Parts: sequence; structure tokens; C-alpha cells
Amino acid sequence: MTPAELLMWVRGPALQFATVVFVVGVAVRILEILLLGRKPDLAEARGSEVIGGLRTIISRSIPDRGTLQRSSFNVVAGYIFHAGFFLALFFFAPHILLLHDVFGVYWPSLPTQFIDALTVVSIITLLAVLFHRITHKVMRFLSRPSDYVAWLLTILPLITGYLAFHRVGLAPPLLMALHIGSVELLMIVFPFTKLMHAFTLFLGRYYNGAIAGRRGVNA
Amino acid sequence: MSASLEQGIHAFKEQIDAPVATFFSSCVRCGLCAQACLFYTETGNPEYTPIHKLEPLRRVWKQEYTFWGRYAKAFGLSKPVTDAELGDWEKYVYDSCTMCGRCSMVCPVGNDIAYMIRRMREGMAAAGHAPEGLVGATRRAITIGSPMGVKLPALQAQIRNAEQESGLKIPVDVQGADYMVLLSSMEIMNFPEFISAIARIFERANVSWTISSEAFEATNSGIQIGVSELAAELVQRVVDAAEKLQVKNVISPECGHAYFAIRWEGPNLVGKAFNFKVVHILELLDDLRKQGRLKVSSKETQKLTYHDPCQITRRGGVAEQPRNLLNMVAENFVEMPEHGTMNWCCGAGGGVSTNERADELRLKAFKRKQAQLNAVQPDALVSACSNCRIQLEEGLEENSMDIPVLSLTETIAAHLSDD
Repeated sequence: MTPAELLMWVRGPALQFATVVFVVGVAVRILEILLLGRKPDLAEARGSEVIGGLRTIISRSIPDRGTLQRSSFNVVAGYIFHAGFFLALFFFAPHILLLHDVFGVYWPSLPTQFIDALTVVSIITLLAVLFHRITHKVMRFLSRPSDYVAWLLTILPLITGYLAFHRVGLAPPLLMALHIGSVELLMIVFPFTKLMHAFTLFLGRYYNGAIAGRRGVNA
Repeated sequence: MSASLEQGIHAFKEQIDAPVATFFSSCVRCGLCAQACLFYTETGNPEYTPIHKLEPLRRVWKQEYTFWGRYAKAFGLSKPVTDAELGDWEKYVYDSCTMCGRCSMVCPVGNDIAYMIRRMREGMAAAGHAPEGLVGATRRAITIGSPMGVKLPALQAQIRNAEQESGLKIPVDVQGADYMVLLSSMEIMNFPEFISAIARIFERANVSWTISSEAFEATNSGIQIGVSELAAELVQRVVDAAEKLQVKNVISPECGHAYFAIRWEGPNLVGKAFNFKVVHILELLDDLRKQGRLKVSSKETQKLTYHDPCQITRRGGVAEQPRNLLNMVAENFVEMPEHGTMNWCCGAGGGVSTNERADELRLKAFKRKQAQLNAVQPDALVSACSNCRIQLEEGLEENSMDIPVLSLTETIAAHLSDD
């Protein structure tokens, strides 16, 4: 298989497969959760569940002062690599073109040089995150093999994307095939790992905020 | 597999609902919950990381309620939860968790960890893995009516004392009163001044109230240990007494978990909404203040700070009322760092104080409160939970700190205006 053929395969059948696994997998996981249901609460409400739930979806993005002081690395590094990954995925001009082909909508892109710098910052941050996971006693204690797999699958698209953009080392079609392939791996593994939090965190924050909101507490 | 392990796993399965499944799906093992937990901060032991305390429940969720996990279980790829493991987990689920819910406030993906610990205890108890101290307290609550074994004659003796002290008649079993007061055994035995304090306040504010001789215990050991059937039986006694006396409201006293039990879990345990309201004593006092029925003629001049009982503030939603009351009765009220809904637990709630095995750990956990107190250096510490109060007094004494612990209700009663 030539690099060009590989690229064709990665862009064609492999992408279709990854998309099906991702979409069906995420849908099944969400359904599995929702079908478990939740008993109605009979205690007289002091506040609104809906308002509390929606509030916490947003407010939980901002840490309390104590957490920020005690775990500043987690908070700052967490913000950087999440923002970097998200912006590179959705605001890099070639990605927008690709997504336009699928969804038919356009949105403005961020300057390529900005995305480029952000990618480098995100890669460095993720390396630091790995170092922190290995060295911090709580994180090392909690970590399972799947946490390291999730880390690897998150950093790979950033690294391969950077290499493909700068055409470093290998033939451009091969670099592009590796980049798309790394994203497909991420999509395939996504529904089976903690990467699901990208969707379930909204539900989790809602439940947390709703439970507290009913009691008149801003969670 | 022993019968009790089977029952435990069955109870775990029953307890897993959509929020629990969401929370386990979302955890990224960031470890931020550790720094929110006083059992971790004061020991540095990563085993006390809140989310880790739920590990057996998480595995049951994964093996029973996820597509991938069911296959892994069928092919023997996942580790089943064992009886020995649940035995090991007692020290996490009971000894080192007060269900204070501070971790639930910081989790970036929104996991309500305290909600899950409460549910996990149902499975632990069903599997026969609850601490002896809690088993005994629950047994006494069911058979005698009080986790501390306090019987009606003991209450009657304290009522007579309160009547002598206040010169007021303490109403017992008064039909049609507006408010029925519950008391914790801890109050009856250790802080009986609470009874004369409310008698004087209610006399001055013209509140119609009563104590029931059939259901006066406010606490609920069934919830602490995690046996809903027993918890429901304890709630039902209060419901029956309130309905018999046809009261409009039931007052939860200065006890955090008792408030959470009757206010937020009560109707769900008995399976129907109450036909009376449940109010915390601080809610009522603040209402009376707003209506101009509660006035003070003097103020505390010493520097006071307030310890928020977790189940009243963070889990219960009564945060503003104690502050309104303190500002009324204190000239120099200062807040500790991280107060209100982010306050640190005293270290003894959720059944920890009833569990002798946790005594040493509980006093270690108190160090967090000590640090908070050192930051403001108060002359006295005010709170609204007799269980917190016992722990605070013990912790302060252990650490040679000369800070008296006051009840907010009693402090107000001491400054009541005559008109």
C-alpha cells in the first residue's frame, strides 16, 4: 500500500467505521445512563431543580478559591489543554472545511499561527499532565491503565497534526494519514473510556446542581 | 458467595440510578476531590480520596450497567466484588466519610460523591459490613427509640429541670400546636439547656409548640448506617406523632444529620409527601426575627465565629439564616476562611462519632477545623449541631485550645429582650 493509498483508506472506510463506532457508542452510553432513571423526589422543594442544574453546568467551570490554591496545577493545566484541544479541533481552518463537508455549516477560523502555537502549548501541557499523574501521590494512586491510554490518544492527534502541518520527517500523505488515523483511534476508543466525560459532564453537573438546587443550595 | 454478599451486591444494583451512572461515567481520576476532603488533607493518605471510597460500587455499575462491562464480566475479564473487599472498604465508606459533601462541591465534572456514599452504605449494610458502633446505635434507635438509649423518663426529667430553670411550662402532647419540636438524644443528655432556651424564645415570640412523648428523637441512625427500611420506620414514628397531634410544622433541632434525615430524606423514605412542614430551628428563628417577634436586648461583645454544620448548610440549604441571627446577637461576628457551603466538616458527622474504631482518625480530621480557627482567633465558636459541638469541644480540648463552643439558639435565648 502506497502512502497515497493509505491516505485514501484512512479518509474513506476507516473514517466511516470510526464515525459509526463513535456515534453509536456515545448514543448507547448515554441511553444506558438515562434508562436507569431517577426516582421523583417527594421532599418539598426549597428551590428550583432546573435552575440549579443549569447554573451548575456553567458555574462548575470555575473552581472555588480553596481548590485553586491547593490544586493550581490541575486547574491551570486542565484549562490549557482542554482549550487547546477544543480550539485546534474546531477553529483550525482546514478542520472547519472538513466539518463543513459533513454538517454543511461554516464558522470563522482562528489564525493559523495562533492554532500552531496553541498546539505546541497543549502538547507541552499534556506532557506535564502526564508527569503530574505519575508523580502526584493521589493521581498515581487513582490511575488505571485506561487513563494512560486516554492520555496517549489525546496527545497523538495534536502531535501528528503539528507534524503534518509542518511536513516534518515523512511524506506529506503519510503524515496526513497518521494524523487522521490518530483521530480515528480516539473516536473508536472514546465511548469505552473516561473520554465520555466530554458529554456526560453536562449531565453530571446538571444532576449535582439540581439535587442541590432543590434544597436551595448553589452547587 | 455468601448470602449477605449477594444481598450487598443486590442492594448496590438497586441503588444505581441515572445520576450514579453519570457520575461514574464522568470521573477522569483528576484527584481534585482529595484536597476537598479533610480525611485526606489531614492524613495525606491517598486511600481517603473520596472517589476511591466508591470503588466497589463503581465496579458493580460497570459490570452490570455498561455494555462493555457486561461482556467483560461474561468473559471473566473483570474482577468481581468480594466479601473481603467490602470488609476492607468499611474504613473508607464509614470511618473516613462524614457525608459532608464538600467533595461534591468541587468535582469539575459534577460528581455528587456524598450522594453515592449514602447509596453505597445501603449495600455495605446489606452485606453485613457496617461498623459495630452504628449497628448498636441503630438497634437502640429501633428498640428503645434513641441511638443513645434515652427513654421518655430521661426526657421528662430534663423537661422538669428546664421548667424549673425557665419558670415556664414545657408543653407535651398538646393537640393542634403549630410546631412539634424534635430533639436529639445528644441534646437531651448533654445540652438540655436547649429545651429551656427554646421555651423562653417561644414564650416571648408567642409560638404555639409541643413536644411529643411518642416521637421526640430527631436523629436517624437508619440513614447513617444505610438501611432504608429502618430509616423509614424511624421517620414514620415522627409522621405518626405529628399527624396524631395535628401539628402544622415539625421543628428539627440543632443537629445536622437529623435535619437532612427528616427534611430531605424523610418523605422519600416513607414514600409520600408530608402533610406538615419541616423547618430547622434556625429557619424558624430567622422568620421570627423578620416578623419582629424575636428581639434581643443586648449583644455578645466577644469575637464570635460560626461553624456551619454540613447537613444544615451545604446539604441542607440553611446558610443565610444563622448569619442573620448572628448579626442580630453579636457585635463582632467574623467568618472563617472557607465558610458557608464550602465550610470544612467537624469530622464527626454521618455516623463517624458513633463508630469507636474511627475515634483517632476523627480527632486527626479535626486539625482542619483547628487551622480554620487559628486563622480568625475567635473568643468563642458558635454552631447549631450538638454532634458537631461534642466533636468541637473534644478537638479543642485535645489541642489545648481555650475556645468555648456555643449553641446559636442558646446564645439568642441568653440575650432575649423582655418586650
